[in-house]
Amino acid sequence: MLKYILSIIVTALLAFLSGIYMPWWGIAIAAFLVSAAIPQKPSFSFLSGFLGVFLLWEVLAWWIDNKNNGILSQKVASLFKLGNSSVLLIVITSIIGALVAGFAALAGSYLRRLIYPVPPAETV
Amino acid sequence: MIFKAETRSMKFVPFLISSAITILLIIAFNTRWGPVPPLGEFLSPQHGFWQNAEPIDKDFGQDLQLTGLKEPAEIYLDDRLVPHIFASNEDDAFYLQGYLHAKFRLWQMEFQTYAAAGRVSELIGPAGLNYDREKRRLGMGYAAEKAVAEIEKDPVSKAEADAYTAGVNAYISNIKESELPIEYKLLGYKPELWTNLKTALFLKFMSLDLAGYETDFEYTNLRSRLGYLTFNKMFPITQDSMDPVIPVDTFSRFPGITLKTPRGYDSSYLQNMDTTSVHSSKPDKDNGSNNWAISGIKTKSGSPILCNDPHLGLNLPSLWYEMQISCPSFNAYGATFPGAPGVIIGFNDSCAFGFTNAMRDVRDYYEISYKDDSRKEYWYNGQWVPTDFRFEHILLKDTAEYIDTVAYTVFGPVMYDKSFSGNKKTNNKYYAVRWKAHDPSNELMIFNGLDHAKNYSDYQQSIKWLHTPGQNVVFASKNGDIAITAQGEFPAKWKRQGDFVMPGTDSTYQWQGMIPQSENPFMYNPERGFVSSANQYPVNPLTYPYYLGGDYHNYRALTINHFLNQTNEIGIEDMMKLQLDTYNPFAGMAKPVLMKNIDTADMSPDESKYYDLLKDWDLHYDADGKGSSIFNIIWDSLKSVVWHDELESVGMPGFYPANSTLLEGILRDSAYEFLDDINTPEKETLRHDVNLAFKKAVLTCKNLEREGRLTWSKLRDTRVEHLAKIDAFSRHDIENGGGEYAINAVKKDHGPSWRMIVQLTKNTEAYGIYPGGQSGNPGSQYYDNFVDNWAAGKYYPLWMMAKDEETDKRVKAIIRVTKQ
Repeated sequence: MLKYILSIIVTALLAFLSGIYMPWWGIAIAAFLVSAAIPQKPSFSFLSGFLGVFLLWEVLAWWIDNKNNGILSQKVASLFKLGNSSVLLIVITSIIGALVAGFAALAGSYLRRLIYPVPPAETV
Repeated sequence: MIFKAETRSMKFVPFLISSAITILLIIAFNTRWGPVPPLGEFLSPQHGFWQNAEPIDKDFGQDLQLTGLKEPAEIYLDDRLVPHIFASNEDDAFYLQGYLHAKFRLWQMEFQTYAAAGRVSELIGPAGLNYDREKRRLGMGYAAEKAVAEIEKDPVSKAEADAYTAGVNAYISNIKESELPIEYKLLGYKPELWTNLKTALFLKFMSLDLAGYETDFEYTNLRSRLGYLTFNKMFPITQDSMDPVIPVDTFSRFPGITLKTPRGYDSSYLQNMDTTSVHSSKPDKDNGSNNWAISGIKTKSGSPILCNDPHLGLNLPSLWYEMQISCPSFNAYGATFPGAPGVIIGFNDSCAFGFTNAMRDVRDYYEISYKDDSRKEYWYNGQWVPTDFRFEHILLKDTAEYIDTVAYTVFGPVMYDKSFSGNKKTNNKYYAVRWKAHDPSNELMIFNGLDHAKNYSDYQQSIKWLHTPGQNVVFASKNGDIAITAQGEFPAKWKRQGDFVMPGTDSTYQWQGMIPQSENPFMYNPERGFVSSANQYPVNPLTYPYYLGGDYHNYRALTINHFLNQTNEIGIEDMMKLQLDTYNPFAGMAKPVLMKNIDTADMSPDESKYYDLLKDWDLHYDADGKGSSIFNIIWDSLKSVVWHDELESVGMPGFYPANSTLLEGILRDSAYEFLDDINTPEKETLRHDVNLAFKKAVLTCKNLEREGRLTWSKLRDTRVEHLAKIDAFSRHDIENGGGEYAINAVKKDHGPSWRMIVQLTKNTEAYGIYPGGQSGNPGSQYYDNFVDNWAAGKYYPLWMMAKDEETDKRVKAIIRVTKQ
């Protein structure tokens, strides 16, 4: 459980840093590296990658939107035919980042298993 | 061993599958799908559109280091985000203007030059090809290249343009990808560096908007099918109710150019029977404006007042960007064009200046006779003359390029030929366009001159630089002078020259010269105490020694001049009221004719309902009234009843005569000849046509009312659209009064684009507003924050800031700029 929470936090932090220095897909590298470094079951790795970036993007988008009074998110939501809903746009934003990060974390976790095979007892 | 290897490779499978999914997701979200931008990039809060969501409490203040700056300078941003530049030399002033235009309006300024140059296909693909070819074939790039050469020939304009360009590029070179305007992110491209050519392209874009209107092909068809005599009655060259800009003859009785009408032009030109299938797109014919200046003898303060409201397409980001530019050699405030240096409409410490469109026809067509389809040689003055070819490379988004080979003749580029008709119809003729905007000129100098002007003689010197688009330039100064000049370099034409396509086989139909600038009509401190213009005839077309051509609007001027003639002790509030006036003088003349002829006996309940609404209408375009709508619907219906038979007989591109022609026809003569429907044996009368039109109109009114669209602001449906027509970035359903014939000429997507009032008292008192906002960013609260106040008829005080007012509470942020 501790590893799981730690993974989420580290993924979010690393993904945030990647956003400063790299293109948007840096989040995939961040999630991949974290799950390759912190051993977890693949399903948990996926979830921690997913949640790490989901929460990061959710918080960032919400923070920006709040400071902007929703001026732009409403326009973009209407552009994407989301019925002017800023909330929906923020959720979609987060899910897209989260999906990429989740699968990257899954790949990282499987890579770790290739290099450090897991004792049979740990596999489920 | 084999078994072991199998388990090992089996273990690769989940890794490979999850890696593959990750990579596919990244590729999918990094790819543009039709109009959908790459979602990963676009939605990433650290890269995409969220970065354009500007915090409400954003502090615009900063310390900025720029390489091209000579001396330290300050930019004060006030509470409306209007910048006040204080530089210690002119180069720095224009450099910072360029920097600010780019900082707040980068996407717009570049997009406008793409549109001007015919490069829209680069952004939207083959859908833009027809538009681009039209711009290329009109020679927009050719004209801009000539203008740059002219700008760079003069050291003053060269320094100004170079400094401006360097300032724009100082911003572009340092921009981070996440800071790119949202339109770049949506459409998927990046800004290029700015050049002086782009500035020239922008100026040519304005020339096209203001001096690109022509009706040559439609007129040619109408003349050929109806005969010149009938055509001349339907499209007369003068009007009964007119009040020219210059009401008295101030021009020389002995013109500098003696015109020779081509021999035999009556039969080979006026009576010519040729028709054409060309379809030329046109700028809005109501690109017009109001301006006036009132002498101190008629004002409350005793000082002159100057007013201007240019009527142009209403867009977001707005065409205008407000600013003050201050340096030791000048101090000017007003509306600027993102894309060009200088203050365009505004005032300085000594005087104020404004513009309305001159409406003259400076774009004509000649039919070229080519030896063969290769277009290599054409017949001119008795011999075969070689063509110059200009290859226009149009890049299509993501695909190949399209090369349009445009032939240039002695007249100009062959705009329409077998490969391009402007529409889908085939065209087998060759039409070369002679456009005044092709001639070398340096319009930057007029704005430079006016920004520096101290008095009337500076004004006179400055406006000489304005060749195209021709404008009525109004002027007032603190020493009490007022003036107006119908300025431009206009071709000297004989009567009806260039109204129809002209023969291009020799020089007899070419323009024979330009009207000497000294013969441009002007008025200086007239006895009546004011000067004004509103796109009406510049002078009486029957007495001016040259043919005016063009398309004029005479009604707004009647209301303006009536008020200014009648009123003394004029104050700023009176000017605001006048600019916002919604009286419809056209309806004032037309409504009585309708009322007199509509039969009130045996009316259906609907008919009497709309009749009563019309009867009670007070002739103002009120936002929530229905009278204006009903009048317009009846009038449109009458127009179609009267003209449809004539137009049907033409059967080619053409259009209805002006509203004024029909109105004056029926006012003069109730048996106006065109009232008769030529398709029926009976002789229709005015009463018949009006009643037929009324009955048809009642049905239209009823349907509109059922849909809730009969009130005037609903029917007119004014919107301020985003330049790339992105609905979410546009403002719709603007509710205010005004309409085509009112001084407050608000139409669907067109109207007073900058209202300005300047009272030249010792301390200048000025007011202004435009329907937009200072920021071009749809994610900024300053994107459209003026729109509602504009619609409500409010004004902002225009603050000519002094250097020692740095601590004034209107200063919201300070940008201190130093040399890097």
